[in-house]
Amino acid sequence: MLKDHPLVLPELLTEATNSASALKKFLHGLSQVDKVGADARAAMLATRSIKTSAKLEGIDLAITMIDLTTLEGSDTRGKVKTLCAKARRPDPLDPTVPSTAAVCVYGDLVPFAKLELADSDIKVAAVATAFPSGRASKEVRVQDVREAVANGADEIDMVIDRGAFLEGRYLEVYDDIQRVKAASGTAHLKVILETGELKTYDNVKRASWLAMLAGADFIKTSTGKISPAATLPVTLVMLQCIRDFHKATLRKIGMKPAGGIKTTKDAMKYLVLVKETLGDAWLTPTLFRLGASSLLNDLLMQRQRMKSGHYSGPDYVSID
Amino acid sequence: MSDLTVMRTHKLFIGGAFVRSESGRTFVLNSAKGTFVANVALASRKDARDAVLSARSAFEKWSGATAYNRGQVLYRVAEIMQGRKDQFVEELILMGSSKRDATKEVEQAIDQWVWYAGWSDKLAMVNGSANPVAGNFFNFSVPEPTGIVAIIPTVTPSLYALVDSVAAAIVSGNSSIVIAAKKSSLVALSLAECLATSDVPPGVVNILTGDAAEIAPWLASHSDVNAIDLSGISKKDLLIELEKAAAENLKRVLRPDKNLPQGLNRINLWLETKTVWHPRGY
Repeated sequence: MLKDHPLVLPELLTEATNSASALKKFLHGLSQVDKVGADARAAMLATRSIKTSAKLEGIDLAITMIDLTTLEGSDTRGKVKTLCAKARRPDPLDPTVPSTAAVCVYGDLVPFAKLELADSDIKVAAVATAFPSGRASKEVRVQDVREAVANGADEIDMVIDRGAFLEGRYLEVYDDIQRVKAASGTAHLKVILETGELKTYDNVKRASWLAMLAGADFIKTSTGKISPAATLPVTLVMLQCIRDFHKATLRKIGMKPAGGIKTTKDAMKYLVLVKETLGDAWLTPTLFRLGASSLLNDLLMQRQRMKSGHYSGPDYVSID
Repeated sequence: MSDLTVMRTHKLFIGGAFVRSESGRTFVLNSAKGTFVANVALASRKDARDAVLSARSAFEKWSGATAYNRGQVLYRVAEIMQGRKDQFVEELILMGSSKRDATKEVEQAIDQWVWYAGWSDKLAMVNGSANPVAGNFFNFSVPEPTGIVAIIPTVTPSLYALVDSVAAAIVSGNSSIVIAAKKSSLVALSLAECLATSDVPPGVVNILTGDAAEIAPWLASHSDVNAIDLSGISKKDLLIELEKAAAENLKRVLRPDKNLPQGLNRINLWLETKTVWHPRGY
């Protein structure tokens, strides 16, 4: 974690961020991603079958990794309140179900979420920097972060300026992330790459490195507002970047796939991907999160099915 | 150039699509005379699970359609069955019916389908009521579909029993999952093809071919299945097991009987009654 390893980059990496041209040279000098290979490896790992007690453990682990999310224009205080209640105790009929890692809301709703979760370990994450498009001035984006932090957010989910990234203005994106990091203070920073808009795996790799160099605590695939959102191969590419970054710097960066993860089967595939790429050390909510909302109900129904021996249904979980 | 016969692949019908069993299994279907007819998909527990999901997602739209519309859609199914009459007859003969019996059964089945279709917009009138109450309320009751009905139809007469049980369930807005016996798989597939080319929304009828003893327990215990038609279960042990499982979430159950409920009574098995107290406002 950041606290254990302050951001002291090896010389090579420090030099890479000295100037716009050096950064561009560094990012374009990263080895190319083998798209066919990445797709095939993700597909191969997705076929792994997890059964019985291992599956039950996987389900509980996945629940503890969820950032339970509501990011709608129609969000109300009441909705945030019910979301927090669900994060605390996902299945009211079964107290053995663990709490989720965090709730994820818009910045202005953070005070209400904090109030609801005051005496719990559940974190409150806020999306900021003119989420989801990120199309606002630097000052406005940073101010957005400051307000969320002042409201008590434990974690900040920021979006990068994809326009600048795609135009190759990497240093601007780098500076932007650093500014946001500074404004976040002690709050954990998750950097959303919005991989659905980056088009190529090479871009995903470059953006991952860029975010990690700039001080991200987590890198996150998507806002959930763009399709495709999180996919297995993109997550694999990002996990490999995290692995390489860890080798180079000893810093452990977290990963958060978000959007489109709806079923227990999906969640298990992501856990397999993490275990095979980064190992058990990353199989913890401090280093891996799942951004999801409907996923939780499917996990609960699967859990009920495994405990009771028969299939459950939507009548036995809450309506969100 | 010689003729090349195009063989039909006998698959399951889930969510409006013809799919192979998730398990990849098939069984050999032989005719009454013992000759090979087809390799038919053998449904598994997970196919039944998938069928429940598609039935549930179809329920809102189908039960929300106007009764008039549902009637029209069902009548259209009968039109398509009529067009495929010869095929149904051939399949019944292949499985051992005489030509006369087969023709009669198909005609009866189509008639029965039309008869049910007609009930769609009349159910609420016959079953519903305006209730006198001691208070300033207009109190009325209307029938509503119970939800998902799992159906194990009787094996003989195969097509007629399929039609009778399926149409009775879906006419009021329920969606259904049918476990067709191996012997009935030809007509079951043909019926699925009629449904697929009609306007019945995908998932309203799902047809699994296979072994009821294997799949039915999973549907009987499934918390998202609301009712179960056990008319085709002949083994006593299995019947007891299924009824016990169905009791777990208070499913409506139809037991096998020589005299199964007929006509409107058959439809009414899969209905709930909603009663509304409406203030008169003066």
